[in-house]
Amino acid sequence: MTLAPPPIAMLAELTHRCPLACPYCSNPVKLARQDTELNKETWISAFQQAAALGVLQLHLSGGEPASRRDLTELVTAARAAGLYTNLITSGIGLSERRLADLNQAGLDHIQLSLQGTDAAMADEIGGYRGGFERKMQVAAWIADIGFPLTLNTVLHRRNLHQLPRAIEIAQEMSARRIEVATVQFHGWALRNRDALMPTREQAAETTRVVTEARARLRGKLVIDYVPADYHEEFPKRCMGGWGTTGLNIAPDGQVLPCHAAQTIPHLTFDRIQDKPLAEIWHRSDAFNAYRGTDWMAEPCKSCDRKTVDFGGCRCQALALTGDASATDPACSKSPHHASMQAQAADHAAQVNAALTYRIAPGKPVPAQGKR
Amino acid sequence: MEASEIPALPRGVRLHFDKIRDTWVLLAPERAVTLDAVGLAILSEVDGTRPFGEITRTLAERYNAPEDQIAKDSSGFLDALRDRRFLDILP
Repeated sequence: MTLAPPPIAMLAELTHRCPLACPYCSNPVKLARQDTELNKETWISAFQQAAALGVLQLHLSGGEPASRRDLTELVTAARAAGLYTNLITSGIGLSERRLADLNQAGLDHIQLSLQGTDAAMADEIGGYRGGFERKMQVAAWIADIGFPLTLNTVLHRRNLHQLPRAIEIAQEMSARRIEVATVQFHGWALRNRDALMPTREQAAETTRVVTEARARLRGKLVIDYVPADYHEEFPKRCMGGWGTTGLNIAPDGQVLPCHAAQTIPHLTFDRIQDKPLAEIWHRSDAFNAYRGTDWMAEPCKSCDRKTVDFGGCRCQALALTGDASATDPACSKSPHHASMQAQAADHAAQVNAALTYRIAPGKPVPAQGKR
Repeated sequence: MEASEIPALPRGVRLHFDKIRDTWVLLAPERAVTLDAVGLAILSEVDGTRPFGEITRTLAERYNAPEDQIAKDSSGFLDALRDRRFLDILP
């Protein structure tokens, strides 16, 4: 058996704790409690193993990674292991002093999330009053230090009209890059499709704004764009292909092929505290489950795009068809595509739908809304 | 890229030897660009002090190749990096 190529990127979800409560949080609905979080030494070992396996890019995320008090020490250790370190943060929990320490530790890059372009929108979506004002302060400190910055925007029906302003804010913050990500329906977002689903017109307008801004800002601001896949013809190549490019470690040490993989009920996941990372990457059932193309059924099996998009997202296939090995319904060749687009239109028409916020780890999960 | 322009790798963009894949890469936000021998030779000369014209002259002498050919090849490569914000031009 030939070994899979080594991973390039690792997402370390240091904690599921977060001051914000965004209704599209990609964390699982069942959150890891603080007392199950990996300790510092185990994370450092994971970073060293990842570098030895071939990982080049380490994304420190959560939850809110700044909720970990040992964040600076983790960055120091990751840099010592030879990894490019990227902090994915809302900014809440970062002080000027902490940013100076992270600078000293060698942090390479920061991705700052933006929930809205004004306090009214941002604080409502984040469920955290004062969050926007604090974030703007943190952005100023980031610019003072000179950290390379990417602004991460998650866009949905409520805030898509703010995209032009978000692009301006990225430039005002001296960001080199902005991620324009239309909300992806995993984790908490799946419970908020009525409240967040963009209309088809919004999705088209977003593509138009992005195309125009890319041409206008070439060489000044890089725009990475994730379109609304419920309204697309072909699915996304999720994670660059299952078990080919990246891996995640959850706060409790479970090693995952993607951040939503725990929604696939028949998969079991090894933990970094139990097995070497290389063994998990190469040999575990979860990583081998959807590697390559052997697992595919029709219409993927005979499709000429099967090694282009690998059938799309396994978690979305499961969520919408009940079968994780089905073609992602975002694909126009899926027998479920028409019904998915009809559902999307139906969700997008729920103009009065309320937001279901993410909860804190350890708190009871609210019942899923009807429909 | 003009001969008088001074290219520089900005903070957060750096050369790295990938021991596992036995190749040089350019590490940047969310990207790892695999470098061939030519790309590595060019970027190794980018130090934020010397203008592009001096870099191509150095490379032409070292590899005994026509300077205009080197300028043409490396200009395309560096401009692509510049578009991605992986390369700055110093004022």
